[in-house]
Formats: sequence, structure tokens, C-alpha cells
Amino acid sequence: MTTTQLLVNGVGLALIAWIVWYFWLYQKQSVAVAEVAGVQDVRVQVKGGYDPDRIVVKAGRPVRFHFYREEEGACSEMVVFDGLDKSATLPAYEETTLELTPATAGEYNFQCQMGMLRGTLVVE
Amino acid sequence: MAHSQTMHIHEAGSGDPEATAREQEYRSLLRKFWFAALISIPVVLTAYPEFVPFLREQSDTTLRLIWAFDALLALPVMLWSGLHFFTGAWQAFRHHSANMNTLIAVGTGAAWLYSVAAITVPSAFPEGTAEPFFDVVAVVIALVVLGQALEIRAKGRTSEAIRKLLDLQAKTARVIRNGSEQEIPVEEVAVGDIVIVRPGEQIPVDGIVIEGRSSIDESMITGEPIPVEKNADDEVIGSTLNKTGVFKFYASRVGKDTALAQIVKLVQQAQGTRPPIARLADVVSGYFVPAVLIIAIAAFLVWFNLGPDPRLTFALVAAVTTLIIACPCALGLATPMSVMVGVGKSAEHGVLIRNGEALQKATKLDTIVLDKTGTVTKGRPELTDIVSASGESQNEILRLVASAEWGSEHPLADAIVQGAQARGLDVVEPDTFDAIPGHGIEAVVEGRTVLLGNRRLMKRASVNIASLLAQAEQLEQDGKTVMFLALANDAVGTPQAAGLVAVADTVKEDSVTAIQALQKLGLEVVMLTGDNQRTAEAIARHVGITRVLADVLPEQKTAEISRLQAEGRAVGMVGDGINDAPALAQSDVGFAIGTGTDVAIEAAAITLVGGSLRGVVIAIETSRATMRNIKENLFGAFVYNSLGIPVAAGLLYPFFGLLLSPLIAGAAMAFSSVTVVSNANRLRRFRPRFSQA
Repeated sequence: MTTTQLLVNGVGLALIAWIVWYFWLYQKQSVAVAEVAGVQDVRVQVKGGYDPDRIVVKAGRPVRFHFYREEEGACSEMVVFDGLDKSATLPAYEETTLELTPATAGEYNFQCQMGMLRGTLVVE
Repeated sequence: MAHSQTMHIHEAGSGDPEATAREQEYRSLLRKFWFAALISIPVVLTAYPEFVPFLREQSDTTLRLIWAFDALLALPVMLWSGLHFFTGAWQAFRHHSANMNTLIAVGTGAAWLYSVAAITVPSAFPEGTAEPFFDVVAVVIALVVLGQALEIRAKGRTSEAIRKLLDLQAKTARVIRNGSEQEIPVEEVAVGDIVIVRPGEQIPVDGIVIEGRSSIDESMITGEPIPVEKNADDEVIGSTLNKTGVFKFYASRVGKDTALAQIVKLVQQAQGTRPPIARLADVVSGYFVPAVLIIAIAAFLVWFNLGPDPRLTFALVAAVTTLIIACPCALGLATPMSVMVGVGKSAEHGVLIRNGEALQKATKLDTIVLDKTGTVTKGRPELTDIVSASGESQNEILRLVASAEWGSEHPLADAIVQGAQARGLDVVEPDTFDAIPGHGIEAVVEGRTVLLGNRRLMKRASVNIASLLAQAEQLEQDGKTVMFLALANDAVGTPQAAGLVAVADTVKEDSVTAIQALQKLGLEVVMLTGDNQRTAEAIARHVGITRVLADVLPEQKTAEISRLQAEGRAVGMVGDGINDAPALAQSDVGFAIGTGTDVAIEAAAITLVGGSLRGVVIAIETSRATMRNIKENLFGAFVYNSLGIPVAAGLLYPFFGLLLSPLIAGAAMAFSSVTVVSNANRLRRFRPRFSQA
């Protein structure tokens, strides 16, 4: 095998390994939500993704999300909490509030309607 | 903030913010498409100099200059028409995730970089591989942007149902304030206002009729095509159409509390939910894009190591084509679009599906349990027979019984009291009154104990009813509900059997057709009632039901549902949203029927605003059609990707010499998501059996 071939294969395999790690294995940082006056309040920025996208809350206590959508693309106009049966339409450049009270512990996904933006709600 | 919220519900077509945003985005994408398309023309022409007469003769150096120009032309296509792909990919990347933007950005970006390197340092490339691919960059971006524009157009049509509902809202109302009639915007109507409605006008808000009568077309809310008669004390629903009479009503619910507002909210919520079948697609799409990246790199390596010459070109083309043809969007769009249309469609018929799970479960039902009174029958029984066995006259029996039932709210009591009043009898208030659920009543009227109820009540009070049984059975075989009467001469002695009172509840006109339709859909229909076996079976025979669960006490209903479920059945229960709430919650799918303006019933997976059983048929048919549509879309998306990606990577080359051009891949990808949305739109044309159009 020539040096070029070695190099190309090496880079290719390294890239594959990196993709596996970066997109699949990487453990995202969780953001724990503090309780303010009995409600767990969290602000989420919606711009090409959800910031933060891994939110930890306690079960049985109400959670209030403040979604601020900083973009116009039709993709993120809805946020859907699957498994909790809650969804909301997010007008562009506005703050939208969504309240829910997760009863059981577990991990719940929330995403835009098409699934391009994703986040996880961890209920403990 | 409150004002703008009302405005949002009020202004449908013109001022709907979402529709305007969508329209703007559509136009913006179209502009980007035209720009990219225009630039594509010279770029494509110069990419194949061997086919263009003028270019064929140019020297290598001139060609390279032309291609350098192409590189510059392609830049604004990438950075303006295709900017959202790159920013979107970057944003996702920051979140450790990859989506369609990633694929397009990496695919076109790699093509552009390779091409720039190929024309600036062609010597670094193996023989015959120093070609530019600027045509791929421009054309693919143009096509994908076009696909996105068309997708937005099609999406707009799927949310038509909500707009139709919002358009139902009346704009003005005529209220009587300070003694005079004023026409005001509907937002200004307050609870307690007296509203006057004339023939042909829309009823502005929910309320209760206080004066006058009319016939009202409620089909837009309840799905019932036949106009309903309304008299004093009847409920009217905002946005329905008054036909012939003039009447006044007391406004009971306005703004976001009206039935229409609640329906819109329910439908909007439901449209955002996903049926369980979508969860599989979600899991797959989470891994999808990085997997495609890996496959693209793997394809590149395989071609590079094993492929025929020019191997570098083949490798790059295979990798780029793989990235471009993969369409995660089809997977992501497959379900939401169909759910939106399906939920919206059933709402048009007064059938409100709460969420995607209810929709999917409704398709799996094999048994429907119908509560008898109020569901199969009208719930308005009438007095039919009085039998005296104690020497008292029929009228006297009736008078005593009606007096005993004076304070009762039971529909059977209503029948008796009305029967007495129709005969002009002198009905009095009872001294004492006690209702025993599942049994009957015990009262003292003019100093005499009166017991009225079923066999259970008589047994409990140790009353011998042997002499009445034969006649009772005869009446019950006619489908009547028979109540045994026991009287005492004072308030302490043991009551003796004194006679019978029979009432009959008429079956709703469309119950028979609805039940037949359910049976044709493959469901077994079961009737559940607190009535006795004989009466229940008589009614069941009339409507075509063979399995009857009779003598069921109210608190036993839930257990009956559980028993059916233990038989391995998927049970749907149709009943009153409030009284039958526990049984509805126990069933696999609960249908709350005849809710009227009480739209947001928690226990029910499906709410039927109108009182007709046809609503159940519509619910099941629409659910089945929607699930079929979803499966078509998911199947299509899976098949497209499972075939497209391997072919793009070059899987068919060793066997058939078949390779996919990146341009064709771009076209296929762009239109695959449009196909999904268009197929969802096909669902809009679905007509349930009982729709009235």
C-alpha cells in the first residue's frame, strides 16, 4: 500500500470512529432546573437546536418552559413532547410558555415536528 | 397579550400569523431556487465541455479559467441560496446532532472543495480525476431548495382544517344592553349578556335560550346534518347557524371558553402528538444521518481501494451521491402530516380525537360497548303503562308515584312526572325521599310509604311481587322498563305490592344503521345497561345487538369492561363523559358521546360532540384511513432510503454497472419529501361513510 493510500484509509477510519463518538456515544451535559415558587422554570433557546437540550426536572412537580424561538425556518415552528402529549406552536422571535407536570420518572424526548431539532427531558 | 390572543382566534384567513410566516418563507425559498437555477445553466454547460461546440476547442488553460469562474459563481449559490443548510448543519453540530442540513452541507461543500483543488493543483491528482463538480453544487442546491418550497406549500394545505374551524367564528353579535339593541364585535360579548339572533344569522357565542325558539344547523360543530329544535332552557353553540326563528339567549361562554375555541385548542394539541408507530421512525432517524455519513466514508474508501480507475473520481462521486440521496425528512414528515390531516378531517365531523395514541388504538378495537340509555336510546323515556294490583285506580297510582318521584333527577322520574302532569293529576311533594342507586326510590307521600324500583329493591324490602311478575315480564319483552310499586297505608307498616309502572325509551333513529356499520367494520357490538335482562334484550334485538350485559350497577361498569378485556379483547366504550368516566378510562378507547359544549372531557380518548352513534363509525373509519396513510408514508420513506443509499454508494456497480449521478440523487431527494406530504394531502379527500357532503 502506498503512503497516500495509507493516509487516506487512516483518515477515513479515524473519521468514522470520530463520528461514532461525537454523535452517538457522547454524553450530553444535563442542566438541572431549580424550583422557583413551586414551579420548575427553564428557558430554552430555539435556534437550529434547543439550548439547553438535556433538562433534568423532578417528577410530580410542575415545569414551566419558556421557549424563545430566534429563527424563522418552518422547521422549528412546533415543539412536541412525545409521551407527555403536549405540544406548542412557537411564533418566531417570541417567547412561548408551555407548562406540564410529568408524573412518572423517565426520559422524554421533545423535538420539532419533523425531528430535526431534538432534546431530552429527564424526569427524576 | 390577552387582546392579541383573542385576535389570533378571531382573524383566520388574512391575519393568521403562521400562514403569513409560511407564505414569506415559501417566497424566499422560491427566490433562492431561481437564483441557483439560473447560475446552474452556465455552470452545467461548462462542466461538460466535450458536449458544447464552442468549448470543445478551448485549451486546457482556458478551460481551467472558465472553471475558476464557475467556482466563483457557485459561491453565492452555496452562501446565499444554500446558506440555511450550512448554518443549520453547524447549529446541529454544536448540539452533537446531525440532520438533513448536515448531509447537504457536507455533500455540496465537499464537492466544491474537491473541485477547487482539482482546478488549482491538478497535478496532485491521479490521472483523469482532476475534474470539477461545480454543477453538482449548483444543481443540487437548486433542487433541494425547490423541494423545500413545495413542501411548505403542501404543508399549508394540511393545516387547512384548523383554518376552516377558525373561519366558523362569527365576527359580530347583537346584544341587548340598557334596553336597546347594539351590534358589537364578538370579542366584546360578556358572560351574562342577552344576545338576540335573527333567521339566517350565525350564533356568536355559547349560551342558553331564554326567549323564543328556532331550528339550528349545528352540523359544523356536531357533524349532525339535521337541524336541531331549540326552545327555552336549551343550549346553543357559538358559530352554529340559526335557520328560521328569532330568539334571545343568555351568553354563558365567550372567548376562549366557547365550544369552538375548545375544539380548536384540542385539535391543535392533537395535531402535535405522535401515534406509537412513529416512535420507531423517531428512533431510527436519531441514528440515521450519522449512519449515512459513515456509509458515505466507507463507500469512498471501498472505491478508493478497490474501484476501477479513475478511482478517486468514483470514490468522491459515490460518497457525495450517498450524502445527497439520503432523506431523513421523509421519515420525519411521514407521521406528522398524516396525523394533522386525519385529526383535522374528523374534527370537521364533530369527532375530536385527543392524540395520536387514541388514533392508533382506535384502529385495533374489536369490541364496542354501548351504554344503553342516552347512547343507543334517546335517554328521554315516556310513560307507557300503569297496572294497578291493589284496588287503587290507575290515576291514583300514578299520582302517588309521581309525587314520590317529584324531587328525583332520574330520567325515569321525568317520564313519570310528565305523564302525571299530562293527565292533569294533582301531584304533591313527598314528605321524605331517598334514592337508592341501582335499586329505586323510597319515599313517604301523604303519610304513606311508597317504594318504586326494580326487583332488587323489592327483595331488599321483602315485598312479595309474585302476583305482578307475569305482567312485568310481558311488558319487558316489549322493551319497556318496568318499575314495581309497593305501598303501605302509613309510614311504618310493611309495604305491599301495589302495581306496576312502565316507561319506554325510544331508540335513536340512526342507532340501527350505526350499529350495522360498526359490525360491518368487523367490530362486535355489546350493550351495557343497568336495566333488566329482558328489557335490554328486547331493545338489543331491535337494533341488532346480540350480546347484552344487563343488570349492571353503575359501580360495576368498569369491572365489566375489565372482564371483556380479560377475554383478550380491545374494547372501546361509548357513554356519557361524566357519569361513565371511570368505565371510559378503563376501556382501551373511551368515546364520550353527546358532550355538546362540554368539549374538553378528560376521560375520553375520543369526544363526539353530537349525540349520534354515527360519530363512532366516523371515528373508526377516519382512524383507519389515517393509520393506513401513515404506514404508506413510512413504508415509502424506508424503502426509498434502503434502496437509494446502497445504490448511490455503488452497490449495483459490480453487478450491473449502475451508478447514480449526484444530480439525479439531488432531484430524487428533493421530491421524496414532497411525495410524503402530497400523500398525506391525499387523505383530505377521504370521505367517511356517513359524511353528509
